[in-house]
Amino acid sequence: MAKIIVDGVEVDVPAEYTLLQAAEAAGAEVPRFCYHERLSIAGNCRMCLVEVKGAPKPVASCAWGVRDCRPGPNGEPPEISTKSPTVKKAREGVMEFLLINHPLDCPICDQGGQCDLQDQAMAYGVDTSRYHENKRAVTDKYLGPLVKTSMNRCIHCTRCVRFTAEVAGVPDMGAIWRGEDMEITSYLEKALGSELQANIADLCPVGALTHKPEAFHFRPWELTKTDSVDVMDAVGSSIRVDSRGREVMRILPRVNESVNEEWITDKTRQIVDGLRLQRLDRPFVRENGRLRPASWQEAFATIAAKVKGTDAKKIGAIVGDLAAVEEMFALKLLMQSLDVTNVDARQDGTVLSPAYGRGSYLFNTTIPGIEDADAILIVGSNPRFEASLVNVRIRKRWRVAPPPIALIGENVDLTYPCEYLGAGADTLAELASGRHSFLEKLKGAERPLIIVGHGALARPDGLAILSAVAKLARDVNAVKDGWNGFSILHTAASRVGALDLGLVPGEGGLTAQQMASGGVEVLFNLGADEIDIAPGAFVIYQGTHGDRGAHRADVILPAATYTEKSGTYVNTEGRVQMANRAAFAPGEAREDWAILRALSEVLGHRLPFDSLNALRAKLYAAHPHFAAIDTVQPADGASAIQALAGIGGTPGRDAFVSPVKDFYLTNPIARASGVMAECSALARELKLEAAE
Amino acid sequence: MAVRKLAPEELQPESFAFSSETEAFAEQQIAKYPPGRQASAVIPLLWKAQEQAGGWLPRKAIEAVAARLDMPIIRVMEVATFYTMFNLEPVGKYFIQFCGTTPCVLRGAGDIKKVLEKRIGEQNHVTADGKFSWLEVECLGACCNAPMVQINDDYYEDLTSENFEKLLDDLAAGRPVKTGSQIGRNRSEPHDAVKTLQDPSLYDGSQIGAWRKRFEEQAQPAATGEAAAATATVPEAAKAAKPAAGRAIESDAADTPAKRAKEGEAPVNPTDQKEAGDASRATKVEARTEDAAKPAPQSGKSYVASPGKDAVPTSPTTPNAGTPPAEAETRRDGSESKPGVTVDKDNKTS
Amino acid sequence: MLHDRDRIFTNLYGFHSPDLEAAKMRGAWDGTKFLLEKGRDWVIDEMKASGLRGRGGAGFPTGLKWSFMPKQSDGRPHYLVVNADESEPGTCKDREIMRNDPHLLIEGCLIASFAMGAHAAYIYIRGEYIGEKHALQRAVDEAYAAGLIGKNNIHGYPFDLYVHHGAGAYICGEETALLESLEGKKGMPRMKPPFPANMGLYGCPTTVNNVESIAVAGTILRRGASWFSGIGRPNNVGTKLFCVSGHVNKPCNVEEAMGLTFRELIDTHCGGIRGGWDNLLAVIPGGSSVPCVPADQIIDAPMDFDTLRNLRSGLGTAAVIVMDKSTDIVRAIARISYFYKHESCGQCTPCREGTGWMWRVLNRMAEGRAQKREIDMLLEVSTQIEGHTICALGDAAAWPVQGLIRHFRHEIEKRIDDYAANPHSESVMIAAE
Repeated sequence: MAKIIVDGVEVDVPAEYTLLQAAEAAGAEVPRFCYHERLSIAGNCRMCLVEVKGAPKPVASCAWGVRDCRPGPNGEPPEISTKSPTVKKAREGVMEFLLINHPLDCPICDQGGQCDLQDQAMAYGVDTSRYHENKRAVTDKYLGPLVKTSMNRCIHCTRCVRFTAEVAGVPDMGAIWRGEDMEITSYLEKALGSELQANIADLCPVGALTHKPEAFHFRPWELTKTDSVDVMDAVGSSIRVDSRGREVMRILPRVNESVNEEWITDKTRQIVDGLRLQRLDRPFVRENGRLRPASWQEAFATIAAKVKGTDAKKIGAIVGDLAAVEEMFALKLLMQSLDVTNVDARQDGTVLSPAYGRGSYLFNTTIPGIEDADAILIVGSNPRFEASLVNVRIRKRWRVAPPPIALIGENVDLTYPCEYLGAGADTLAELASGRHSFLEKLKGAERPLIIVGHGALARPDGLAILSAVAKLARDVNAVKDGWNGFSILHTAASRVGALDLGLVPGEGGLTAQQMASGGVEVLFNLGADEIDIAPGAFVIYQGTHGDRGAHRADVILPAATYTEKSGTYVNTEGRVQMANRAAFAPGEAREDWAILRALSEVLGHRLPFDSLNALRAKLYAAHPHFAAIDTVQPADGASAIQALAGIGGTPGRDAFVSPVKDFYLTNPIARASGVMAECSALARELKLEAAE
Repeated sequence: MAVRKLAPEELQPESFAFSSETEAFAEQQIAKYPPGRQASAVIPLLWKAQEQAGGWLPRKAIEAVAARLDMPIIRVMEVATFYTMFNLEPVGKYFIQFCGTTPCVLRGAGDIKKVLEKRIGEQNHVTADGKFSWLEVECLGACCNAPMVQINDDYYEDLTSENFEKLLDDLAAGRPVKTGSQIGRNRSEPHDAVKTLQDPSLYDGSQIGAWRKRFEEQAQPAATGEAAAATATVPEAAKAAKPAAGRAIESDAADTPAKRAKEGEAPVNPTDQKEAGDASRATKVEARTEDAAKPAPQSGKSYVASPGKDAVPTSPTTPNAGTPPAEAETRRDGSESKPGVTVDKDNKTS
Repeated sequence: MLHDRDRIFTNLYGFHSPDLEAAKMRGAWDGTKFLLEKGRDWVIDEMKASGLRGRGGAGFPTGLKWSFMPKQSDGRPHYLVVNADESEPGTCKDREIMRNDPHLLIEGCLIASFAMGAHAAYIYIRGEYIGEKHALQRAVDEAYAAGLIGKNNIHGYPFDLYVHHGAGAYICGEETALLESLEGKKGMPRMKPPFPANMGLYGCPTTVNNVESIAVAGTILRRGASWFSGIGRPNNVGTKLFCVSGHVNKPCNVEEAMGLTFRELIDTHCGGIRGGWDNLLAVIPGGSSVPCVPADQIIDAPMDFDTLRNLRSGLGTAAVIVMDKSTDIVRAIARISYFYKHESCGQCTPCREGTGWMWRVLNRMAEGRAQKREIDMLLEVSTQIEGHTICALGDAAAWPVQGLIRHFRHEIEKRIDDYAANPHSESVMIAAE
């Protein structure tokens, strides 16, 4: 710790703090444009100048360390001033320079109302201009379908360049030319090749980079802001959903150090139009092979008639990837009351099961824990597209000091160098038997991390592979006191919650795959769109979009998306989080738990709650850990790994294939989104180009 | 505002591959830098690529350099656009970079510019025959020979409208031209009025080794510990800049202006000054002949790799010039009295 | 006049061969091993005692700079980088060293590297100096062939020297920009701290020195700190290469004692001012970055760091740009402003935006197409740049403008008056009738 006097206030801050951080600790606000906590320090905007006592000129507080300051002649702590006339004058000078070539187009700029330059010009700007020359004109750049540019507005802070190079790990952007002609661009104005690119528009302190899909749609002050969580993958990024009236207008990241820091993927952000399109807004019933609109009563009656005549053994329920814990709990109770044991929430066929303990299916290391790992093995996963923000953490870890990282599975670019060991279970066996030098690195590591993805688990021999990985984890001592390096990477937002609830086939029950391939006569489908259901069964589809599930349905019950209901989601780490309602479901669509509650009454097995709160009371009584919002209940790693290792079995020889074939189109909401379709087409093009 | 831009698509070649010469050059350049730092070679490689492509950098060349150095293309693009000597559009066979900065302007660069405009036309424009294009650039660092231009690799200095026109004529006609000064100056000396560096003793080797006497004389008191004391008083840090008293190497052995000043003489020895201008000065050549008779004092232990020379005369203008600068015994004793100094007794390295 | 024997660059004018043998005859590589055997501390102490101040413009004591390098390596290699990116308008001295006396430089590199524990050095030569690059490379090859440098050289100190070629960017003369450029990036200055002595080239301890500072090292060590410090005036000692350009009868490079007066310099070596001393208007005494000094103040001023600083100018690189009364001083400074606008790297705001602004205003002022109040505005803009940028280019761009306004405000005002008195139709505002 070091003492420093900021505007006459003495504070004690860590010596590695910058003056800017020290000033903030002392409660002084320092304006800045280029500085960003999570990016490298550029020091180029010169807005954060402060006066250091004894220094001949003002210094950039974002770059100057507290330990770089000299103490006074008698050993007094160094003294800085953030408000002195010199500082004010310096900042006013910088502000004037920033404004001379900045267009006066605030009225048509989408950044208006959320613009750092605008805000700070209020504090440091003057109302007239002394600049009588022509303003600089810069041609706008094409950066892809997500980021709109207006380069006249650019103040060259290079946050976007630093973000793409440092965090996203795709060095696509740069600043070409020099001096006042410097221009931010991608090489030959190619679309950016990152799944995180839209974050640069958030980072842009001015209106040079804005979100293309949102252009001219709203002003930020018109929006109602709702904190929520994302369900596009199993990371559960913290988001803020901004809505106007009934409609969601945009989705922004929220700072959450434990999960997404302050980034979100493009899919998380830009599926907004998918929330509007292809929606199921009323019940449908299939008649003579065609779906026709129906009333809720009709729909329920049709279901009741079918269920009453069917043996419980021939009834089944499957759950999709976007379901919240509440409706899954309701479904579970309903099925229990019907004596149905054919219940499965694993439409992809993964072998994970609560039977081996909670530690057998969680990302036990936790996302922040990745930063402590000192050797990383990735098995059967492409974290860049299955859980982009987990990948960002691994990259962050790699940037601090590269640990050994190895990959078994598809040989993909993860944005950091990693040792490619091989494609499938054979390689895993070779590694385990010590025929790969990487085993030594894992063994030598104090905190080894083994990440297992669904490329290795969602297959018939998944259990044998899981067992083999568990054995390896045990051999390299990945699970011990204070460290659990055995981590499952999920891809579905609902999955961990479902496993926590025990939504797997009961005794003699059928798996999702068995049910879908003709094992049942009546199938209740709670939003499972990634599974093919064979002809024959009577399918009740409760969901939001006219996607695969709805097409195969005999009765459709229109439900609410994650932005239209309050729901609990558990992410891959086991972190319980709550999504909140930011808008209302369209038409006659209802919240899922309420649909199930209403249906239960028609079926004669009334569920024992009348409100969401009552439901949650029941839920928390049965599963107390769901009540601990925003926390991770650590699981017993040692016993889980013991149980898994004991399974044994012989893995097959097929290569591991990531379940995410197309990052932009992994769920019905994304598939309904025009923006995602555009991104997907572009990504395919880029891939083709790269292959050439 | 930016005048530089990438060449239009129709001028961009379809492909670009390193020639074997370029590749060999690349390898040699990359070897200059520590392993993993091959990006350091980006400027040299872009230079070579520009040379191979005929004086400008096509897009494909930028991509080829990026691939060779394992760098993201945008980073190479940044470099290619930042440095102004990379031409991103085709240039003439004779690419004239005309210095238009103030020192040249003061000497008449404006006239040169008029010639360029008259003969070639606008900047960044290649003449119809493909022979010339020109560009106004910033100071080329030949200000004592202003005004000047750089044509391809060479500087052409001390230009006037007349000699520059002639130069362009000669280039156009393919006649040989003289690089450097166009008015007969050798380098940047005062034209036809060189007053300095006339002392022949500077060039005949007679100064070699003269300085060593200082160390010998120091070595003497060193035995009594005086030198050590003196060393301790060497002023430290910034104060060193002041010619403070008590300097360790204060020695009357050297003929320094300071000493001369101290002795009440003009700092510059008037005799010397007179003699300096006298090219035929045969000062104390006889002293040298005396030295020459001896074996070179250092040849046995020379620190100078010039074994071919059998005599290393000392400066005749220095008092006690006849003393061999480094009588091996004396110096060795002196040196050894200082810790941390090793002397190669066996003389293996010379 | 400095005695010929006290000149370090004895082949400044290239009348003799730059080759190794000839260089040796002139005293280069003479007893280098003996000097190295005196030890690292001795070399640094001697350099400190010599009072040599960096010849690249800032005038920082060279020996002190060398002493900032860590005494013990922490495992990272040390580097010496020689700044041969000579681009300051008016300066053309290093060019002559590299093509005429390259062995002094190479020897200096070895000595300096030895003194700071560096086993590799890079000479960063500006892109335009192609002939000089070849000359220097030839000399380096000669030195390698003669075993003077290299892994296994006769000096017993493994040392590699590389010539690195730039590609046209004034900013690369700034030491950290030079390091960036050497690492294969754009030449954008880094922020300090950390200083290069801690984190320089490739993140390793590095010292960046000007060509002249390094090239004089060998001679200083041979002839002694007292010899060097005995030349010149206190705190401004030694010999210095002056590059005299502009309106003198015989522009030239010349090595002279620091602190000789401007009059001596011009009369002795340059054949006087064009049109006589009465015709002198102003002098830029240290390269385009320093403010100009009007004739009456400069004529008898000693040319050294401190005197010129007291004249609110600077010795800089000792590039003396002489302007006689035929000079359009406003246009001359406007052209310098254009230079800085052209060479600004664009990294930080005040310089990127301010240099262009100053140039545009000055350009109008050169025609008179301006308002008188804009003179004060221009001055204020220049102070808004000065001291607020990452590197010194912002200051360098501001000073010439400040110098112009300080000494020649009347000239600008006259220009404006003349223009107003002869209205040009295109810019006359026609009142609405």
